[in-house]
Amino acid sequence: MRRLAATLMVLLPIAGIAGGVTASRYVGLPGGTFRSALQYEDAKAGVRIAPFALMREPVTNAQFLAFVTKHPQWRRDRVASVFAESRYLSHWRSATELGPAALPQQPVTWVSWFAADAYCQSIGARLPTWSQWEYAAAADETRRDARQDPAWRERILAWYSRPSNTALPRTGLQTPNAYGVQDLHGLVWEWTDDYSALLVSGDNRNQGDADTAKFCGAGALSMDDRENYAVLMRVAMLSSLEGADATANLGFRCARSAK
Amino acid sequence: MKPAILKFLTIAALAASAASPAAPGAAKTATPLPSDSVYQLPLPLTDQDGRTADWRQRRGKPQLVSMFYTSCQYICPLIVDSGKAIERQLTPTQQKRVGIVLISMDPARDNPAALRSVVDKRKLDTQRWTLAAPPVADVRAAAGVLGVRYRQLADGEFNHTSALVLLDADGRVLARTEKMGSRPDPEFVEAVRRAASAP
Repeated sequence: MRRLAATLMVLLPIAGIAGGVTASRYVGLPGGTFRSALQYEDAKAGVRIAPFALMREPVTNAQFLAFVTKHPQWRRDRVASVFAESRYLSHWRSATELGPAALPQQPVTWVSWFAADAYCQSIGARLPTWSQWEYAAAADETRRDARQDPAWRERILAWYSRPSNTALPRTGLQTPNAYGVQDLHGLVWEWTDDYSALLVSGDNRNQGDADTAKFCGAGALSMDDRENYAVLMRVAMLSSLEGADATANLGFRCARSAK
Repeated sequence: MKPAILKFLTIAALAASAASPAAPGAAKTATPLPSDSVYQLPLPLTDQDGRTADWRQRRGKPQLVSMFYTSCQYICPLIVDSGKAIERQLTPTQQKRVGIVLISMDPARDNPAALRSVVDKRKLDTQRWTLAAPPVADVRAAAGVLGVRYRQLADGEFNHTSALVLLDADGRVLARTEKMGSRPDPEFVEAVRRAASAP
């Protein structure tokens, strides 16, 4: 299957030229050195980001329905429980119908990491890494790195204080950021490929036993940028999840190598 | 000549079953995999002898599974210690009924020679122990079903959580422990004993 995905990755640029839809679903981001809000002991000079392509919008219910129709092992009534918990796609009317609680243009939520990963692989892509996501999400509408602007931070934080029991807006309503990516803030949380790489030191859920060696190597991550609560919340959330987990506000988008 | 042919046939059979994830372990058992089995994930593993087989081939026998990498200085030797310590608390019959698999999170460096060097250095009996590496692209998913978290550092080392996971014969998680070292968690040892005593 991986080999198939690799083959598709090679073929996709050609397909992209043939069909404009495939090409416009992604936007290319330039590479660069990026200062993460996370304090990486091993990368004090910054994280190097290679050029990559990211989906402009999160994956929608309609797109995910097309995926489970084509790959029925990911239907909620057929998925292996090791890959998705019982609430997986529980807001859909049935295993193959969206219904009123899951409109076609809303971002898909209630998806596990394994399902999100399988979706991306099925179209010759993968989930973005945390660094890629954070890099893309540092931009506002005009600047590639707006993170030092208190007004921008306030705007993002305002989203987190909104009640989460209201229906999700559709994707693509927000103004694209400086890279042309939409909805990175203010719509849903998003899975990253390396969600389980975020070993945050504040995470002491499993440290009751003094003999338990939670981390091997150079120790856990800590926050370098204590003002950046929005990023902190994302990291805390991802670091608390297992791969089969699904939540009402957690979706995803895919990434692939730059053409 | 005959053994050589047999060996070839075995490899061919393994390769065939590894290449058809639609029919996992079909040669071994006809019953479908339980929904909560980690073997739902196809995972080709290349071991210390350079043999590649999907981990579903291990179905039929309880397994003690952990993740490690060979160049690890700190916790990973403790993972081997833990496995050995648990083995010592089993009877010889029980020992034969449990497989031990250490899966590398560093396939780029953990080729069969690197894995073999740990087997030799730690004097591991490959009748019971398997050290193996999956393809690079499969490591995160393998860690996902085993509940292991890791991050590769800029220098190639890893931060990671350490866990020993006990699987039943069908790949369902029976017990797990994050207590490493030569004095294993008694409850976990008891779970291994029970699994190794089941008919």
